[in-house]
Amino acid sequence: MTTKQVFEYMHHAPDHDDPVHGAPMKVNMGPQHPATHGVLRLAIELDGETVTSIDPIVGYLHRGKEKTCESLGWHKFFPHTDRLDYVQPLLNNVGYALACEKLAGIQVPQRGQEVRVLLMELSRVMAHLIYIGTTSIDLGAVTIFFYSFRLREELYSILDAYTGHRMNNTYVRIGGVYADVDENVEGMVAEFLRTAPARLDEIEKLLTANRIWHDRNRGVGVISVEDAKRLSLSGPNLRGSGLAYDLRKAQPYSGYETYDFDVPVGTVGDAYDRYLVRMEEMRQSLRLCTQALERLKKSKGADVLTEDRRYVLPPKGDVHSSMEELIAQFKIVSDLRLPKGEAYHAVESSKGELGFYLVSDGSSKPVRCHIRAPGLMNVQAVPVLGRGRLLSDMVAIIGGLDFVMGEVDR
Amino acid sequence: MSPELLEIVVWIVKVHVIFLGMVGVAAITTLAERKVSAWMQYRHGPTRVGPQGLLQPLADGVKFIFKESLVPDGANKWMFRFAPALAAGPAMLTVAVIPFGPDVTLFGVTTPFSIVDLDIGLMYILAIGGLSVYGVIVGGWASNSKYSLLGGLRASAQMVSYELSMILAILSVVAISGSLDLREVVMQQKTLGEWNILYQPVAFLLFLIAAFAETNRHPFDFAECEPELVSGFHTEYSAMRFALFALGEYCAMVVMSSVAVALWFGGFSVPFMPEAHWTLGILAFCAKVTCFLFFFLWVRWTLPRFRFDQLMNLGWKVMLPIALVHLFITGAVISFAPQLKSLWNGLVNGAS
Repeated sequence: MTTKQVFEYMHHAPDHDDPVHGAPMKVNMGPQHPATHGVLRLAIELDGETVTSIDPIVGYLHRGKEKTCESLGWHKFFPHTDRLDYVQPLLNNVGYALACEKLAGIQVPQRGQEVRVLLMELSRVMAHLIYIGTTSIDLGAVTIFFYSFRLREELYSILDAYTGHRMNNTYVRIGGVYADVDENVEGMVAEFLRTAPARLDEIEKLLTANRIWHDRNRGVGVISVEDAKRLSLSGPNLRGSGLAYDLRKAQPYSGYETYDFDVPVGTVGDAYDRYLVRMEEMRQSLRLCTQALERLKKSKGADVLTEDRRYVLPPKGDVHSSMEELIAQFKIVSDLRLPKGEAYHAVESSKGELGFYLVSDGSSKPVRCHIRAPGLMNVQAVPVLGRGRLLSDMVAIIGGLDFVMGEVDR
Repeated sequence: MSPELLEIVVWIVKVHVIFLGMVGVAAITTLAERKVSAWMQYRHGPTRVGPQGLLQPLADGVKFIFKESLVPDGANKWMFRFAPALAAGPAMLTVAVIPFGPDVTLFGVTTPFSIVDLDIGLMYILAIGGLSVYGVIVGGWASNSKYSLLGGLRASAQMVSYELSMILAILSVVAISGSLDLREVVMQQKTLGEWNILYQPVAFLLFLIAAFAETNRHPFDFAECEPELVSGFHTEYSAMRFALFALGEYCAMVVMSSVAVALWFGGFSVPFMPEAHWTLGILAFCAKVTCFLFFFLWVRWTLPRFRFDQLMNLGWKVMLPIALVHLFITGAVISFAPQLKSLWNGLVNGAS
């Protein structure tokens, strides 16, 4: 008997001797698995169909985004924030821009903030629609996936008309947003806001009161507020447990304190509550969009980008006619410097608290960029919620926690 | 040609028509599945092969035949090869006793339009149909894959939970019609008022739920269950072996629909036309079965999936008690029918 065999025998001795259960079965769920929403790998031990231990293994999508930020420089990192949580690029854009603005002490013009709120809330709806679509496909309701993606497609069209891209918009700049909205887009958004509630109702009709959907989600993945805090869960996962903590209310940014919206909370803290919270959040987001759209109508013609020439590109027309503006453009493109210091700013993303921590030594590149990805905390909760449940519940738990691996692995 | 020889020829033609028709219907159902789901989901479905994609099943078949049929390392090779046949075979065998139409007259020979009329047709369907789950279990076990194994295990757990209530539901109908011969049951439902659905709606609902489980169809497709088990018992199967599993599933759907139509919806009897021509009878049967097949698809693309322990709960704690009580009440009503009738008459007379 070799050493290894002895070790294995000792390791599994109680199991082998147990005539009923035998050794637990090890199953690798992922990294290529339909239910793990990307390249998450779960090393699961099964006793029959009961999950006895889960070991989430992340990093299959690691692209070194933080290091990329440190080597690219301040404004060149915007396209990379799009690719963090790629179902809501604009929210990531705004999160990073806010951190940079905090560091540089830039005040974004009123209209710029209104555009940002509109874009952020549309992004939140997009991200939650992904949640509804993928979770329902995991639980077998394939058609809901197409319903939610059809709605999402309209949002893509709006963003396409607005920013010029369907995905990976890179539309936000330090000091505001790239360009103003035109009236066509406002009309499209208004049309979307008019039709979307009925579509959401349609999805809810198929799921909320559906007995199978209820049974598959109710009581699955229950987490108390204390445990959720301990795992630093945030966003809908925390609110599903019953704590009304929303950064838009707790630490308002971009003028959220002036908007009128509610923060939905759950009661039990299970997957069903998290589903209900997200459904309601979509409606609240539409409410916020309606308000932002009204304000945009009033503030027509105002600046969307701050005039501060230290951080913001001059208008293209001026660059061609003025030497100073040409120099300013050259300096910003080649060597944008943010003041020495450090800053952390978090936004309420669809997954929770998305924070950017930036350290500057006054040079054109950050010394340190750290991204607090809410998805990583959500992955942390998988073993806690999944242990002792059935394998079938794992998909409901993973779907309900809602993470995107682009953000988790960064 | 002597009459005996003619009879044999007609019988051979009949067998071929029914059997090939069945396989054809199963193939068309795969297309219907893709088309119906597409229509429900703002899509077009297959449109490229033939007009409106109608030849898609043919293209699929050709593809399945020419693909490489992989046998994974470490699989139990013979079991692995045998399992698809074990899954598809029983489903096709059960077709034999389905009465697709009334007596058919061809070339002067009159013959019932089913491959064989067994006295114990229902028993035959239940016995043979029950075997198809072995295909799933063996396929799952022989694949040497953990996901497949779990799929096979689930299939066996599923099997024991619904089959009993299904048989009890069928027994209720057998009790009132007094026959296990499907043709006999159908013949008793000549007019709309005689359809068993009017007398045995509860049994029908029980059967319907169990039929979804029997055919491994959504919302009870735990053995397959792609989000959890990748593809369940047929994860490791490819090419024609995989196609056989699919064929078995669709054949089982057609058989279950046919049984439901024959037992509860008057089989080949045409509503309001008790003396209809046999072609109309066959058409009526096909139309009714089509409705059921559509229902199968409709449910699959609408509902979320159960968890397999929830089906076991449903089977043992809900369906089985209801089926038992239902059978008991049916039996009691049949046994005491004369007494009940005189009691009723007495009450009516006493009141007047």
